[in-house]
Order: sequence, then C-alpha cells, then structure tokens
Amino acid sequence: MQEFIEFTLGGIASGMIYAAIALSLVLIWRGTRVLNYSQGGMAMFTTYVAWLVIRHTGSYWAGFAAALASGLVLGALCERSVVRPTEGRSPLNSVIVTIGLLIFLEGLAGVIYGGQYRSFPAAYSLNGLKIGKFALGISPNDLFTAGAVLAAALALALVFRYTSAGLRLRATAFSPVVARLLGVRIGRVLTLGWALAGLFGALAGVLVTPSTFLYPNSMDSIFVLGFTAAVIGGLDSPGGAVAGGVLLGVVLSYAGGYLGNDLVLLYGLVVLALVLMVRPSGLFSAPRTRRV
Amino acid sequence: MTLLRHLAVAVGAGLILLALSVKVTPYRDYQIAEVAAYVVAVAGLTVLIGLSGQISVGNGAFMAVGGYAGALLLIHQSWPLALVFAASAVIAAAAGAIFGLAAARLRGPYLAGATLMLAVALPSLADQYTGVFGGDQGLSASITTPAFLGATFPPTRWQAWLTCAAALITLVLLANLRRSRVGRSWRAVRDDEVAAALSGLNVARLQILAFVVSAACAGLGGALLAVVTGIVAPGAYTLTLSIGLLTAAVLGGLGSLPGAVWGSLVLVLVPTYLTNVTASHGLSGAASSSVPIAAYGVVLIVVMLVFPAGIQGALRRIFGPAAPAAAVPLNALRRRRPASEHEEEGIHEKIT
Repeated sequence: MQEFIEFTLGGIASGMIYAAIALSLVLIWRGTRVLNYSQGGMAMFTTYVAWLVIRHTGSYWAGFAAALASGLVLGALCERSVVRPTEGRSPLNSVIVTIGLLIFLEGLAGVIYGGQYRSFPAAYSLNGLKIGKFALGISPNDLFTAGAVLAAALALALVFRYTSAGLRLRATAFSPVVARLLGVRIGRVLTLGWALAGLFGALAGVLVTPSTFLYPNSMDSIFVLGFTAAVIGGLDSPGGAVAGGVLLGVVLSYAGGYLGNDLVLLYGLVVLALVLMVRPSGLFSAPRTRRV
Repeated sequence: MTLLRHLAVAVGAGLILLALSVKVTPYRDYQIAEVAAYVVAVAGLTVLIGLSGQISVGNGAFMAVGGYAGALLLIHQSWPLALVFAASAVIAAAAGAIFGLAAARLRGPYLAGATLMLAVALPSLADQYTGVFGGDQGLSASITTPAFLGATFPPTRWQAWLTCAAALITLVLLANLRRSRVGRSWRAVRDDEVAAALSGLNVARLQILAFVVSAACAGLGGALLAVVTGIVAPGAYTLTLSIGLLTAAVLGGLGSLPGAVWGSLVLVLVPTYLTNVTASHGLSGAASSSVPIAAYGVVLIVVMLVFPAGIQGALRRIFGPAAPAAAVPLNALRRRRPASEHEEEGIHEKIT
C-alpha cells in the first residue's frame, strides 16, 4: 500500500513535467499546425540561461525568472525567423526546419557552455517527505514542480477564457481563415502562441533538470515523453495534454516500480499504442469523421 | 520498357561506382559503403512518406531490427551473405507489418508520435535481453573479404561493392514498384483517402503494405550498415538516427528515389565535411565537436527554406522541362486559398 502511494505520487510529479512539454506542443499545434521538434532543445537552452544567471547572481529565483523570460523571447524569435517562412508550404518543411533548429540549438549550447554534465540546483529540498513514519515518495521540490505546472496551466486557461488575446488565440486555432477575415492579426497571434509555448518549455526545463543534469541533449528523452503525452491526450486539447502527461507519468512510475526500470520506455509505447487503438486522435480531441 | 530503362540506369551507375571505388582511398570506400547503406533505408522511407502519405519518425527502429537480425545470423549461421541480407529485410518487414497493423488508423502527428516512441523504446530491448543481444556492448557483425579477391584486397572496397550492389537492386525494385499498380494506388490514397476507398482500393491494406516495404528497406539498410561498421549496439540506433533518415528523405526531395541518394549524401558527407573544416581552422575541445553540429542545423534550415521541394525538386526546376510539382501532395494551400476548413485540416493532419 505504501509502495502504491509512493509510485502514484512520484508518477504524478514527473507526469506534470511531461504535461508542461505537452502543453507547449499543443499550444503551437493548435495555432500553426506545426509540430515543434525543437521544443526540447529550446527548453535545454533556456535552462542554460538560468544556470548562467544562478551562477552569477547566486539566486535561484533570478535564474527561474530568466529561464521563463528567455523562453518567451526564444519562442517568438524562432517563429519569426525560421518557422514563418515555411508557412503555406508542405507541413514536412516546417518539421525539418524545427529539427534543424533543434540540432542548431544543441550545437550552439555545446559551443557556448561545453558538452560536460552540469548539476542544476532545485528550488526546494529533494529529500522525501514523510507523514510520521509513512514515506510519501515525493519531495518538497516535487510538490513545487506539480504546483508550478498546475498554476501555469490554470493561468493559461484563464488567459484563454477571459482575455482578448486568449480569444484571438482560440479563434485562430478554430479557424485561421475566418479569424483573419474578422480582423485578427494572425501573424501576431502565432508569435504569441510560440512565445507561450517557449515559456512552458522553459518551465519544464528548469523543473526537470535538477534530477537529470544539464547537457546539450539533456531534454531529448523528456521531449519524447512530452510528445507522447500530447499524443495520448489529443494534440488539440490543452486539458488533454495535462491529463496525458499525468497518465503517462503514473503508468511509467508503476511500470518502473513494479516491473523494473529497464523497459520503462517500452511500457510507454504499449500505453501509447493501446490509447491510440481505441482513440486514434488521442483521449480528449474532438471527434472528427474522416472515413466514409 | 520501363523495367529495361531502370535496369540500364542501374547498370550504368554500378559501372561508375565500380570505377570510382577502385580509384579512391579505403576511407572513401568506407564512406561510399556508408552512403549506400543509408540510401537503402532512406529510399524506403521516401516511398512511405512521399507515395503513401504516411509519416514515420521511427524507421531507425526497423534498421535496428535488420541490423540485429543480420548480426545474429552472421554469428549463429553460416549462410551466404546475400541470404543473410534478404533474411534481415524479411524479418524487419515482419516487424513493419505488425507495427503497420497497429498504426493503420493513425494519421499525421499521431503516427509521428507512435513511430517516435517506437524508435526510442525498441533499442532498450537489447539491454533487457543481454544474453541474446549483447547488452550495451552489442554484437560484432564483421565479414571477411572472399578469398578470390586476394589477401591484399581492401576490406572497405569489398563492403562498398556489397552495399552499392544492394542499394542499386533496391532502387530498381522500388522504381518499378513506384510505376506499378501498387505505386499508383498509394498515390491515390495519399491524395484523397475517401476517393481512393470509393474507387475500390483497400486503403488500410495499402497503408500497411507501404509500412512493410519501408521497413524491409530499413532492415536491409540496417544490416548493411551493421556489416560496414562491424558492430550493432543500442547506442547506434538513437533518436538522432531516425530523425536523420527523415531529414535525408525530405531534404533530398520526398517521393523521389534520386532524392534519397542526395539526402543520404548530405546525411553522411556534410557533417564529416563540417568537422574537417572546423578542425582545419584550429578549433579544439568542446567547440570543435559542437560547431559542426550547429552548422549542420543551419544547413538543414537554409536548404529547406531555399529549396522547399528538396534537392531533387531544385535540380528538376533548374535542369528539367517544365516539370510537375514535387511529389508532396497538395502543398501551398495553407491560408492562401479560401478552402473549406475541413479540407484544410485534413491535408495537414495527413502528413506532419
């Protein structure tokens, strides 16, 4: 019983990281129908920015803020510079451009910071929490991780729901053509979408790196799991991204805990396959008929 | 006639490669062999994406299946090489059939996600069953040059011959498949699934078949690459490999077999070239290993922005007659034409 609770809570904590990456992918997919393969690379890069700021100022929170701010800027910059020109071309062009961006960012990080593994501080203690003698399997930092992602997701939901920028984002996701006809400046909305995605990626980066070390490829596997979470939840649904992330995190945690750590990714593939067999467009996407 | 023309082109290319392989240094022979092995895998992928309209970000997994199958057969059986390669392709094709069955309902990014996860997850099996697959160390997959070539014959030249022969045979087979009834049916499915189904085509079966063909090619390419590098290990079948295959297929020009050759040349030669350039400028340490990576990323972005239809598309535009658009379906529609929402969505969900 105690093991079960440990695995569940631990799984939710790591699932929130996948949820953050999944959210960033969903934000971009809804707006631009582009799959951003460079999301992990962008998150890695902003985490290096945070690392640099922490080293110079000694303040974790200054680094945390720097990561989020650089995520916003980097997202907008990538969209304006290299992704925008692929608009109106085959979707695979934008895929290759984002892959090129990923390789470029990983190379650039190596040039600037070197390839060695660096440790990255956590906001709070990494020691496990206990109630009396009962170990919960999560640390204060895990609580902070889950809380931060949840708060960010809620804030995003509020922005979508109550602000005019959110309305424009939703309108563009619903139908770019109609939104443009109604006077929405689509170009700006798309840049905003990428900037927000950069922010969520940056958040995931600073939250996960204390447990993985920081190096140019450090976000690769996190990105794959975040992508998987987005696919499980349905790429059109922000709520689905969070649910998909938590589901994946919990299942991988059970698999690792009860069945052994070696084949965790394979169990992830099984979960993905099962979900997609039942719901080929993810759990929470709106059904759309394709077949006659 | 078409068959004859493809054969003639292949024989011509084979003679040129033969002359080339004798002239160059053993290291260049090794590179030729490496490129040829990638050509096989990329050609299969370009047929899958460009003709049938399905994406795979995970063909590295099928290369792993083929590579391990080849290595195990070389170690445990004393079959002739051709049979080992054929068996590797068949085993990978079987894996492709199983995956294709599960994936036939998936489209666009969902298919991309599933194949990506496959590419990342499958190599972990090698760590689990250390006894069979050799764990992290992997298995040796070395071959010896046949005795009739003499003792001083460079082994890399023999590997270049083997892989080039396999690549040319694969390309001829794929070129004929492209022109056949199956190829036409794939194009019909790619351009409009509903219309294809209404014309009596079995869409699901055609899509699974495309996965089988592409997996067979990836498996053969994997076995060839294993023989060239002399080893199979989980470290060789990373996400980078799968993404590299996709990059090569798109960069060369989707759906085009010459494009697969250009893409493979870029994939193998550009990083090596960039590394040499960096080294000759006296950079060292971390910068010397990272600058080529960053530069390769820039090359990918620039080529894709300047030549949206890939290298073969650009060549066709420069040299060819008023050529039809590249094999990418219905591109350039987005937000330019007031198409109906449903239609737009459909196009983008199909391939991404």
